[in-house]
Amino acid sequence: MNLRRDPFQAIADPTRRAILLLVATQSMTAGAIASNFDTARPTVSKHLQILTACELLKQEQNGREISYHINAKKMKEVADFIEPFREMWDDRFNKLEAIMKNYKSKK
Amino acid sequence: MERKTKIHAEDGKQELVITREFDLPLELLFKAYTEADIVAQWMGTKVLKLENKKHGGYQFETSDGKGNVVLRSNGVIHEFSPNQRITRTFEMENTPFPAQLEFLEFEQLTDDTSKLTIQMIYKSIEARDQMLKLPFAQGINMAHNRLQDIVNKLK
Repeated sequence: MNLRRDPFQAIADPTRRAILLLVATQSMTAGAIASNFDTARPTVSKHLQILTACELLKQEQNGREISYHINAKKMKEVADFIEPFREMWDDRFNKLEAIMKNYKSKK
Repeated sequence: MERKTKIHAEDGKQELVITREFDLPLELLFKAYTEADIVAQWMGTKVLKLENKKHGGYQFETSDGKGNVVLRSNGVIHEFSPNQRITRTFEMENTPFPAQLEFLEFEQLTDDTSKLTIQMIYKSIEARDQMLKLPFAQGINMAHNRLQDIVNKLK
């Protein structure tokens, strides 16, 4: 299987987003994560592999179990896809402000 | 330049919040949303219809540099409270994107400053995320060119 390292590709899948939400506040074992989904355990394992490969999740060995937690640094990078949208609004609002300042001074 | 416009889009939620503080009195900020010719300038779009009242509607038309219409959008105004709030829907025509709900809250900060908070609610998380991934960069360049035109006319 081709493990994509692109985090945007990784979060395009609703199950993987749900996994990220699950482990957002606590680290969980693969079994505990899988118990939250109706999908087969190997399917969940595949999702965990993808999320780990693109560094959205970090693995931690706990005795015989492996637990997963969020790699906060990488998540911030994912949030960057919002930036072009933010810039568009910032640009519009800068114009709005400039136009209305001019409007005020004309009065 | 300082980044004044903030976007809060939590992962796994079907909404996002845009906030912006303006060096403008509340009344002028609100006016920028209600006068068709002013909306046209800062949104970079043609305003076909803008009815500032409860159950009123609006329609915008965006063209490329050559005058070809690239996007038409419209919505219905659900609540219109001057200098306080506009609640409306927003829909991009002939696209797979479902309509969204927008709550615009206008607040006075001081006599000369004000704040706008826009809460946008989407049909689903997927709809929100797909919308965010639209190619905005091209639109921004077009907007910059238009800003230059406006500034030149003011001179």
